[in-house]
Amino acid sequence: MIWSVAAALAAAALALAWTAPQWLVFLLTLAIAKGVVVLGLLLLMRTGLVSFGQGLYFGLGAYGAALLGHWGGVADAALMLIAGTLAAAAIAAVLGLLLARYRAIFFAMLSLAFSMILYGTLVKSSALGSTDGFNLHAKTFAGVALAAGSERRVFFAAGILAVAIAAWLLYRLLDSHWGRISAAIRDNELRVDYLGASVYQVVYVNYVIAGALAGLGGSLAALAVGHVDPDVTYWTTSGEFVFIAVLGGTGNVAAPFLSAIIFEGLRTLASQYAPIVWQMSLGLAMLAIIMFLPAGLWSLRRPGRAG
Amino acid sequence: MSAILSAEGLHKSFGAVTAAADINLAFDANAVVGLIGANGAGKTTFLNIVTGYLQPDRGRVTFHGRSLVGLTPRAITRLGISRSFQIPQLFQSLTVRDNLRVAEDIAGAVRQADAMLERFALGPYADHTAGLLPEGIRKLLDVAMALVGKPKLLLLDEPTSGVAADEKFGIMDLVMDASRTAGVVVLFVEHDMDIVARYANRVVAFYEGRVIADGEPATVLRAPDVRRYVIGEETAHAAA
Repeated sequence: MIWSVAAALAAAALALAWTAPQWLVFLLTLAIAKGVVVLGLLLLMRTGLVSFGQGLYFGLGAYGAALLGHWGGVADAALMLIAGTLAAAAIAAVLGLLLARYRAIFFAMLSLAFSMILYGTLVKSSALGSTDGFNLHAKTFAGVALAAGSERRVFFAAGILAVAIAAWLLYRLLDSHWGRISAAIRDNELRVDYLGASVYQVVYVNYVIAGALAGLGGSLAALAVGHVDPDVTYWTTSGEFVFIAVLGGTGNVAAPFLSAIIFEGLRTLASQYAPIVWQMSLGLAMLAIIMFLPAGLWSLRRPGRAG
Repeated sequence: MSAILSAEGLHKSFGAVTAAADINLAFDANAVVGLIGANGAGKTTFLNIVTGYLQPDRGRVTFHGRSLVGLTPRAITRLGISRSFQIPQLFQSLTVRDNLRVAEDIAGAVRQADAMLERFALGPYADHTAGLLPEGIRKLLDVAMALVGKPKLLLLDEPTSGVAADEKFGIMDLVMDASRTAGVVVLFVEHDMDIVARYANRVVAFYEGRVIADGEPATVLRAPDVRRYVIGEETAHAAA
């Protein structure tokens, strides 16, 4: 049953990739790229942590993909996606050693601080394009040449496949004993410790997974946009991810993608019809969500098993 | 019979307050020990030192001959020492069953969650959220979680505090039956002397960080120092 549904959704996504107008394909690619970053945030939130610095890994993913072409001369989109994801995971594995020791506002602010350190480094580094950044051009995908005009459609299809696999794996993780222990840590670290589990280890692993997912999102977004600049690591980018997480809620792995699509649509409409005050429109939407749907849009669905 | 848990020359102070002063104790298998004393006497400090939450200033604690000093609570739990808390430490947003399943997952135990639901008569509450349970059930769940990992030594910190008077014996009956079934040595901190007299086969009385009496319940509970400093009775000695 589940495989039939998955196959039908994959077929629908591929059909959409090849028939939808380019602007919609672009918007949806950005939405799923941000959705997969928020998927990582969902895992951290299940563990009781809110990161205001996922822009760090989103940026590392974007720059990791772009630099593979810029410095390494590689023009394969699949390799760029892998490189961006691995770059983010590697840095998360290092910074996580420190961040896994902190909780609450300290964790949030430290994660923000690291993202701003990367932002400052990128802005000041001419070798990394400084404030202008640089372009990236993928010419092949997994060795197959990309036809002119089809690039974004291929990136979207590949993105759908990658994030679907990531979401399924995360669903399984949250439904496993690891997911239960993560939720237990959110509720009561002391008891988890006294039951014999390493809270540090669980938080660390979840942090690295969240970093890798943000890297995947960043590299996908970079491929879709065809350009990277330091803004991808700026604190407002990290704030967008938290916005999307709050908008959708943490009730299901599908929620981040639903809310990311709504977020991108809302932003596109708001910037088109109210270009001076589009941020205010987003602010009002957030206010309404917090007041009337504190558990996010996913709570409109009937209460069911989280996962 | 060799002691499974022993403390030698244990000392712990917090500034000018001495919470443990030259504590020497040894506990054998099959012991059900009541630890009594007024507030601040050092009972919970002793529990916290054994479980690694506090480190002693001096002295030695061994479990099956292995030193516990310097070990983390997690490492001590892995050695087979488990505890419950005066204020039950539950996973408030999870159901009773999931609280036990988390304990089961961490311990790597098999089908212990369901066994504990039955042993502690928690079945009717299995799908209730832990944060919404009445205090007596919270206490039972707290102890049940501690037993899931099949410990060798169970430390209970005031298992009946905050529980209605007509419920406390029922709760202790369940706790002690489950402990006996698990074959675990029990040390419990308790202020209720009826509970101590009924369930302990040995009583250790603390006063200002020292052990002032240690022995069979009937003997210890009649000792003048215990009646004066722990139970709070005016004795002939005190009146004089």
